[in-house]
Amino acid sequence: MSIFIDDELCTGCGNCVENCAFSGIEIIDNKAIINENCSFCGACLDGCPVNAILIEREEFKIEKIDLSQYRGVWVIAEHYKNIVHPVAFQLLGKGGELAKELGVNLTFVILGADFDDRLEDFSLYGPDKIIYIKSPILKQYYSDLYVEALSDLIIKKKPEIILIGATPTGRDFAPRVAKRLNAGLTADCTGLEIDQNTRNLLQTRPTFGGTLMATIRTPNSRPQMATVRPGIFQSPERMRKKTAIRKIEYNFKEEDLVTKIIKVIDKERSSVNLEEAEIIVAGGRGVGSKENFEMIEELAEVLGAELGGSRVTVELNWLDQDRQIGQTGKTVSPKLYIACGISGAIQHLVGMQNSEIIVAINKDRKAPIFNVAHYGIVGDLHEIVPVLIEEIKKNKNKE
Amino acid sequence: MKVFVCIKQVPGVSEVRIDPKTNTLVREGIPSIINPYDKNAIELALTIKEENGAEVIAISMGPPQAEEILREALSMGVDKAFLLTDKAFAGADTLATSYTLALAIKRILKSAKNKKDYLVILGAQAIDGDTGQVGPELAEELDIPQITYVQKFELKENKIIVERIFRTEEVVIIETQLPALLSVLREINIPRFPTMSGIVDAYTKKEVISLDANELKPDKRKIGLNGSMTEVWKIFIPERKAEQIIIKGTNEEIAQELCRNLKNDKIL
Ligand SMILES: Cc1cc2nc3c(=O)[nH]c(=O)nc-3n(C[C@H](O)[C@H](O)[C@H](O)COP(=O)(O)OP(=O)(O)OC[C@H]3O[C@@H](n4cnc5c(N)ncnc54)[C@H](O)[C@@H]3O)c2cc1C
Ligand SMILES: Nc1ncnc2c1ncn2[C@@H]1O[C@H](COP(=O)(O)O)[C@@H](O)[C@H]1O
Repeated sequence: MSIFIDDELCTGCGNCVENCAFSGIEIIDNKAIINENCSFCGACLDGCPVNAILIEREEFKIEKIDLSQYRGVWVIAEHYKNIVHPVAFQLLGKGGELAKELGVNLTFVILGADFDDRLEDFSLYGPDKIIYIKSPILKQYYSDLYVEALSDLIIKKKPEIILIGATPTGRDFAPRVAKRLNAGLTADCTGLEIDQNTRNLLQTRPTFGGTLMATIRTPNSRPQMATVRPGIFQSPERMRKKTAIRKIEYNFKEEDLVTKIIKVIDKERSSVNLEEAEIIVAGGRGVGSKENFEMIEELAEVLGAELGGSRVTVELNWLDQDRQIGQTGKTVSPKLYIACGISGAIQHLVGMQNSEIIVAINKDRKAPIFNVAHYGIVGDLHEIVPVLIEEIKKNKNKE
Repeated sequence: MKVFVCIKQVPGVSEVRIDPKTNTLVREGIPSIINPYDKNAIELALTIKEENGAEVIAISMGPPQAEEILREALSMGVDKAFLLTDKAFAGADTLATSYTLALAIKRILKSAKNKKDYLVILGAQAIDGDTGQVGPELAEELDIPQITYVQKFELKENKIIVERIFRTEEVVIIETQLPALLSVLREINIPRFPTMSGIVDAYTKKEVISLDANELKPDKRKIGLNGSMTEVWKIFIPERKAEQIIIKGTNEEIAQELCRNLKNDKIL
């Protein structure tokens, strides 16, 4: 593995320096020089106008595995108190598209104790097969049991793609399974595509908190595993379909467990459903006070929207914690996102930049929120929002 | 008891910005820092040391300049620091990283009296890669139980009792035994600052021990780029989805114009 600069070609233009997220290239004496920060990511290659940068990847010395033995797309579900996380159904939608492109089956895998009469319902989301791993103890989530049961099954059935929701639970068992199988795993993907020539899964994900996107592939090994961020893909339309159902009973015993769950605490469950909302109205520090937030709430109400906000508003107690949007809050992708008095810090943007239409109201024309907004309104929200509420009401009455 | 803390050097990410005019990264003055979550991991290790007695060992795999963060860890009170650095480790994905970290931990444990009396603590995720995969993969490599996304911790004799975030609303309390691996959230504690004497000690009394591929004797197929199943195919700056329209006028005009646009977009 090495990276070279062809000194004869290099013009010292510095494009590569600009494109490097790792400060891995410098221009010294008018020539590009790679330094030890280089992570071999290859971002500099595309930007070089004279093709002076070369990365040589050593051909794999590992025994090449026969990739063609691996067929099929799997989606692995995760649940809490018998409620399956909606990302599993979103993945059935996306997984179905991928399976169709590859000409293979889509399989839904669920581990649990009481899903017998739900299997019919799962089949409506389009899988060709359902594998239900049943054991009374799997009512709860145990890392070690998931890893054991899933690894066994994957080794036997050899799927080529495995999709898992990027929830704390998915991100707990997926890496351990990947390690056991020596499989490549890409975390927290927001885009999935097939390269038809190689059948490789092209997995796109944000890095550096969303400032950069990376597309990752697993060319030499199978299965290709990805955890996928909730709220990115749509659940498919439900329809009746013939689905093969396979039930595997496992006899896990309490004494086999390496960890023990002593207690499960529910924080007060909220009725807030930002992840599935079609319209979200969000407020930031610019709203000014808890009282002023009522105006934002009213805007949400006339639009039939959910209310959200930046972390600052949660910290100031203007808004409940479960309404926070961003890196440490929720990731949302509504049809319409109205940001009122939010500056658009990167930690906020990563949680909402996938919204279809973004409207920003901010008095500072330079606020970064305008970089992602489709409609920008530069002005004082305290004046604009009430007028906007009236206008929307008027529009509604006309209908 | 030994407490291992795995720490990573990352660019201070919140500083990374895109210049909207040239559409390139603005990197001026981005410092390299200890991954913020890893500071919480160090803090937890130090509290365990203070309450139960333990030797705290920080390990980082990275380029030579990652020594800086290990010195910072030493000045916070960590006892020993190891830097795994070698050209052969470069280009590692999480599989190769966890393999290399495990080699170092196993090597250090070899000379320990009780080879099962240890805990490994990591940050829940690194803010550059943001994968959170190294922890579970390291636990698998060491063949020990893992508990990820921990926000509260207690050690009683050899029992560990932790609170783990399950979903946004749910918390699960889990118990396990040593040895074990934890990955911690920011909520778990507030990392201390190095003291003046801590800083002096870090540079005079303590050392950062470098280990390279010769010393760790890895299976060459499992380290660096060769041991990485995933390959970064390209990195790009996310495109702006649409041309942006700045709506101007009186407040009434703005409201009308916005509603008209949203109707055209079939949203209202
Ligand atoms: C590790 C980490 C994780 C984080 N996670 C999150 C997260 O999940 N979500 C999140 O949101 N943040 C998060 N943050 C915080 C984030 O960096 C920002 O601090 C936060 O998003 C800023 O919130 P804000 O936009 O409401 O406030 P500010 O940045 O203060 O912006 C307020 C904006 O309102 C405008 N304004 C003021 N008055 C008016 C007015 N009358 N009319 C119109 N506009 C007005 C101002 O021009 C300004 O742009 C995180 C930070 C860190 C370090
Ligand atoms: N190169 C490394 N050296 C030491 N620890 C690491 C390294 N990479 C990741 N880690 C640890 O693994 C955690 C999760 O990182 P990641 O899986 O990259 O998000 C980090 O918070 C660190 O504790």
